[in-house]
Amino acid sequence: MSLLEFENVTLKFGGLTAVNDLSFSVEEGEVFAIVGPNGAGKSTVFNLISRFYDPYAGQIRFDGHDLLQVKPSGVAAYGVARTFQNIELFEHATVLQNLLVGRHRHRRTNLLSEVFFTPSARRQELENREKVEEIIDFLDLQAYRDKMIAGLPYGVRKVVEVARALATDPKLLLLDEPASGLSVEETTDMRWWIDDIRRQMGITVLMVEHDMGLVSGVSDRVLAMADGAKLALGTPAQVQSHPAVVEAYLGKAS
Amino acid sequence: MRIVFKTDYMQDIRPWKDGYQLSLYLILLAVVFAAPWWLDAFYLGELTNVLIWAIAGLGLMILTGHTGQASLGHAAFLAFGCYANVILIESGVPFLVAFPLAGILTGIAGVTVAIPALRLHGIYLAIFTLALSILMDDLIVLAEPITGGVAGKYMGGVEIFGHLVDRWGTPEQFYWLVLAVTVLVTLGYINLLRTPLGRSFIAVRDSEVSAQAMGIDIARTKTVSFALSCAVTGWAGALMGLYAGAFNNETFSVVISIQLLMMIVIGGLGSIHGAFLGAIVIGFLPQFLSIAKEYAGALFGGGTVAIPGLEFGIFGMILIGFILFEPMGIYGRWLKIRTWFELFPFYRKDMFKRQKSYLKTERLR
Repeated sequence: MSLLEFENVTLKFGGLTAVNDLSFSVEEGEVFAIVGPNGAGKSTVFNLISRFYDPYAGQIRFDGHDLLQVKPSGVAAYGVARTFQNIELFEHATVLQNLLVGRHRHRRTNLLSEVFFTPSARRQELENREKVEEIIDFLDLQAYRDKMIAGLPYGVRKVVEVARALATDPKLLLLDEPASGLSVEETTDMRWWIDDIRRQMGITVLMVEHDMGLVSGVSDRVLAMADGAKLALGTPAQVQSHPAVVEAYLGKAS
Repeated sequence: MRIVFKTDYMQDIRPWKDGYQLSLYLILLAVVFAAPWWLDAFYLGELTNVLIWAIAGLGLMILTGHTGQASLGHAAFLAFGCYANVILIESGVPFLVAFPLAGILTGIAGVTVAIPALRLHGIYLAIFTLALSILMDDLIVLAEPITGGVAGKYMGGVEIFGHLVDRWGTPEQFYWLVLAVTVLVTLGYINLLRTPLGRSFIAVRDSEVSAQAMGIDIARTKTVSFALSCAVTGWAGALMGLYAGAFNNETFSVVISIQLLMMIVIGGLGSIHGAFLGAIVIGFLPQFLSIAKEYAGALFGGGTVAIPGLEFGIFGMILIGFILFEPMGIYGRWLKIRTWFELFPFYRKDMFKRQKSYLKTERLR
C-alpha cells in the first residue's frame, strides 16, 4: 500500500479549476518531487494534504486513513509535517521554542499538570528537549538555538522550518520549495539534508521545487503538473525529456 | 557581562537563569512581603491596588499578549468575578471556596463568550468584546434581584478561618492575601509558558496556518486561552470588589477595559513583567499627577483647579508615545538597557529592530 494516495482529486475555486482529476501515489521511503510552471497547482496539492482546502471530488488517503475525515489540525497527528513556501515560523519566539512547538502532537499532559508543572510535565519537557536537540545537531542549528526568529537571516529560517517539521517526528515530510531564495551552497546543503532525512531517519519526502538540479539530484520520482493536471510521472530524466513537459515550459516548436 | 554556562537541560526549563537571578527575585519578594513594615497605610493601599491591577493585567496578557486576541471587554469579566465572589459569600459559601469558584465561574463565562468569538479576528474581536463590556453594565442593572442593580452591593471584609480580613480594618492582612494570589497566579503563568499549552498560544498568535500544520487545534487553543484569561481576570475582579468595598454597575465600566488594555501595551505585550510594570504606571499615575499638579500650582498659582479629563489625556499621550517610540513597552525598554550594559561597548542600535516580512503565505479562508 502506498503511503499517500491521491485519487481523482479535483479542486475548484469558483470557475477556476486549480487541481483537475489528479491521481498519484507516494511510496514509503522515496523522495517524490512535484514540478511545474507557476500556477500549476503544486502548492494547492500541499494545501489539500494539510486539509486547508476541501476537494470538490476525489479521495486523499494517508497510511490507510481517509484524510478527508480529519480537521486541519488532525493531519499532523497521523505523521504529516510540512514547511511553507514563504516561511511561516513563530516570529517572536526563539528557535528552540519553535522546535518545541513541533513536539506539540506528542503532548501527554493536560492543563492542570502543566499549570502546576508536575513531575510528568517535567519529564515530558526533558524528553521533548532531547528530541529537539537531536534535530538541532542534525541540521547544525546549535549557534541559533536561543535566537529570536525575527532576527535570523533568510537561509537559516528556511532550515529552522525544516527542523520544526522534523521535530514532529513525521512519516511524511512536505517541503514547499525548500531551495527557493537559497544560495548555491545552501541549496547543496539542503540537498544532502533531504538525502539524509530519507536515508537516516527513514522519512518519506514529498517536495515542490523549481530548482531542477536539486530535483534530479535527490528525487526518485517526479510528477510534472500544468494547469492543475498531471503532465508526466517518472524518473527525473524521463520527466525532463517528456515532450509535454518541454512544451509546458518552453512552448510548442513551430 | 554575565555568561551562564549550560550543562543541563533543566537550566533552560527552570524559570530562573541562575542562582544570581533567583536570589534577586527572592529579595524582591521579601521586600514586597515586608511592605506593611516600611510603608504607611495609604501607600500600602495603593500597592495593594497595583497588585490587583497586575493580576488583571496577567489575565489579559494571556489572551492579548500571548494568544494575540485583542479584548476590550475584560471589565465585564472583572465584574463577573466580583459579583460571583460576593454573591457566593452572601449565600454562605466560605471565602476560601467562594474565591477560587468565582474565578472558575468567570472562566466558564469566558468560554461561553469565546465560542461565538472564535471566528473573529483583530479589530472585529475588539468590537465584539467592547460590546460585551457595555452589555455587562446593563445586565447588572437588569439582574437587580441578584446584583442589587444601580444601588450596588457592599462587602466589608471576608473571613478566613474565623479571622476577619478587611481592606480598611486590617489592611496588612488584605495586602498579604492579594500578594499571595499574585504570586500564585504568576507562578502558574510561568509554568504555562514553559509547557506545550503556553507555546501553542504563542504559535496561534504568530502564525495560525503553521500552528495548524503542527497539530494545534486553533479553536480549542483560543477557547482555553479565553478560559484561563477570564478566570484570572475574575480573581482580580473579586479582589477589586473587596478592595473597593462598595460597587455597582458603573464600577466596571468600559473605561476600565480600555485602561487594562493600555496597561499591558505600556508595560510590554507578551511578557509577565509587562503586566506588573504597566500596573505600576496605571496605579501610581493618578498620585503622581496630583502631586505634580500641586507642585505646578505652587509654582504658577491656581493649582487647586480641577481639570476634568486630565488623567485620561495624560494616559492617552503616554500610550501614543509608547506605540510610536517603544512598541515593546517598558519591559522592552528595560531589555534594551540591560543588553546595552551587558554587551558594552558592543551594543548596536538596531539590535532589537524587527525585520518586516512582506511575503506571507496567502491567508487561507
